[in-house]
Amino acid sequence: MTVDTTVRAKRSLAARVAGGAAGGVMRVFLILVAVFWLVPTFGLLVSSFREPTDIASSGWWKVFTAPGQLTARSYQTLLENDAITSSLFNTIWITVPATLLVVLIGAMGGYAFAWMDFKGRDWWFLVVVALLVVPVQVALIPLSDLFGKIGIFGDIIGVVLFHVGFGLPFAIFLLRNFFAEIPRELLEAARLDGAGEVRLFATVVLPLAAPALASLGIFQFLWVWNDMLVALVFSNSQSQPLTVALQQQVRQFGSNIDVLAPGAFISMVIPLAVFFAFQRQFVSGVMAGAVK
Amino acid sequence: MSSAVAKSPEGAGALPTPSGAPRKSVTGTRWRVAVLFLLPALVLLGALVVYPIGYSIWRSLYDADGSGFVGLDNYVDIFTTDSTLTAVRNTAIWVAVAPAVATALGLIFAVLTERIRWGTAFKLVVFMPMAISMLAAGIIFRLVYEQDPSQGAANAVAKSIHDTFVSSSVYPKARPNATAGDLKPSGGGSFTTTGTVKAGTPALLPLVGIAPNKLPGNPENAKAASGSGVTGTVWLDFKLGGGGTKGQVDAGEKALKDVKVEAVKDGKVVASAKSGADGTFSLPQEADGARLRLPGSNFAAPYNGIDWLGPTLVTPAIIGSYVWMWAGFAMVLIAAGLAGVDRNLLEAARVDGANEWQVFRRVTVPLLAPVLVVVLVTLMINVMKVFDLVYIIAPQPSQDDANVLALQLFLSSFGGGGNYGVGSAIGVILLLLVLPVMYVNIRRLRKERQR
Repeated sequence: MTVDTTVRAKRSLAARVAGGAAGGVMRVFLILVAVFWLVPTFGLLVSSFREPTDIASSGWWKVFTAPGQLTARSYQTLLENDAITSSLFNTIWITVPATLLVVLIGAMGGYAFAWMDFKGRDWWFLVVVALLVVPVQVALIPLSDLFGKIGIFGDIIGVVLFHVGFGLPFAIFLLRNFFAEIPRELLEAARLDGAGEVRLFATVVLPLAAPALASLGIFQFLWVWNDMLVALVFSNSQSQPLTVALQQQVRQFGSNIDVLAPGAFISMVIPLAVFFAFQRQFVSGVMAGAVK
Repeated sequence: MSSAVAKSPEGAGALPTPSGAPRKSVTGTRWRVAVLFLLPALVLLGALVVYPIGYSIWRSLYDADGSGFVGLDNYVDIFTTDSTLTAVRNTAIWVAVAPAVATALGLIFAVLTERIRWGTAFKLVVFMPMAISMLAAGIIFRLVYEQDPSQGAANAVAKSIHDTFVSSSVYPKARPNATAGDLKPSGGGSFTTTGTVKAGTPALLPLVGIAPNKLPGNPENAKAASGSGVTGTVWLDFKLGGGGTKGQVDAGEKALKDVKVEAVKDGKVVASAKSGADGTFSLPQEADGARLRLPGSNFAAPYNGIDWLGPTLVTPAIIGSYVWMWAGFAMVLIAAGLAGVDRNLLEAARVDGANEWQVFRRVTVPLLAPVLVVVLVTLMINVMKVFDLVYIIAPQPSQDDANVLALQLFLSSFGGGGNYGVGSAIGVILLLLVLPVMYVNIRRLRKERQR
């Protein structure tokens, strides 16, 4: 920083004026970008608070001159719509188990790869790393076939299983790397106290790994909550999550905007709340998963 | 502390380095315990990820319902059928364009926000779309791209820019009465008089085709022009309830204001004027003896914005929404990389007289190269799988033009197609496309192990 200021001071006045102007241009540019990034979402938010007839007759920016148009009626109608509310619950029934299972099974696997001795350990771990980038599309057809045969096609459990399978490589990868950093002394001390492998895992390793588990959990949660494709293939009208229920309204976009706008917002509220509450964990999860 | 704890100097965005030599088990694990810990993960991975890969490869060699072996025919089909070929081409466009644009924007944002006090707030705004679903983003952008400028924000902006530079036409549907008056179509939507105008004899330019009650604003009654100059009247030669004489300014007939009138001599415009509130206009003396022309701009159909989701622009438009979602990802990773860049190197370059652009181009970007590669590769993998955005944003008529492989797989196999053979083949192609990345990941891991 000190180097910075001395160099700055040596610059000619003209350069500084030019620099100041450039700084101003840069700030204006960034403000424009930020506005540009916010306006699309804001437009949908405003639309979700207008009557369908108002939406059909004018753009959402009309509320700046006619704020009286704002109403929560679309939300009210939406929450009285059984198909939508039950799909919202399905989203929860899919997301919560799919997240918990991935964190638990991933932690067990990650721990085994980090601290247990068994034949071919490194080879197996390479396989897990290889699976990191497998696109979900590859499994759609094989698993609809398999799930059909064992009778869970269309069930919530099938959707959950799919998400667990494709969440595990990243979970194991992330947690193994985190567990490997735990000081050996801690584990040895617990072992001397007579803890078995299971107790060691549950009482020492898991609490120590809480930040990594949180990162992973948030990431997996968002991934499953936001998924549409997997649910589109593997759920039916009884088990479909919110994303699928909304997707069915998109074909008549104009006439269903009163369902789509508030519906999209309800589906965004939880991820955005998670995002703002756990920004740091989210970012570290994104970084660790950069190659997923 | 064991060597296992040594912190690896990981660059942001790089794979977190699995550190150190193989660790001995602390507990002298019996293999049964290891199996207990690993089994759930391995069984699930085997059944849900590995088995599908094998199944897809095998299934891609069979026909639609799996009854007949067809060899590589499904693959041949993909590269010879028009609809799938469009998907291949669009996927190539996506992979070439979207990651590059998102990374470039991420780099610009990361560098520009570095020294700004509200940089964190800015990053939060740009990064936020990553948290929402592609379905929600799709709905958001479907609304942005709505064709009607009174609905879609993109076209509202396009229209207001357009109308700032090109004055919008006032009477899109007006035309001369075929049986009265002197105006005849003269190409380009214009109308020209067959006779010439003389000073002192006001010209009459009657138009029809609009209902008097549909005229914009509160039109005044038309007035016959008078005076010794070159004058005339543009008016609506029709009134509700009928009556009046065709070609004459009758009482109660409405004036058409703001109509552009050009005086043309030998194909050249010598003067022009606009009709006033009472429909009259007056031209300078040099217009004497000219023909009068009402140029087509008076009658052009109103500008309706850009057809964002039409066949030609639908893919770029959807890529735009993808960049909106993922530029924040690139920005955050690059910003983390930037934080690790040695400031002294930048300052050294500045002391040597490099300007900011040179510092950026010659020092910052090369130092960030590893991070940029990771971001680009990650986005490329991500882009190959893009499905939701295309499925949601492209309206039914443009879906074929916006098609990508991931969508085609779904359409072929589930969206009414029912062809598991072609679907599996597309899945295998998607897998082949990520194989190089898989290989690089494995190699990196092995190298770090050996260190």
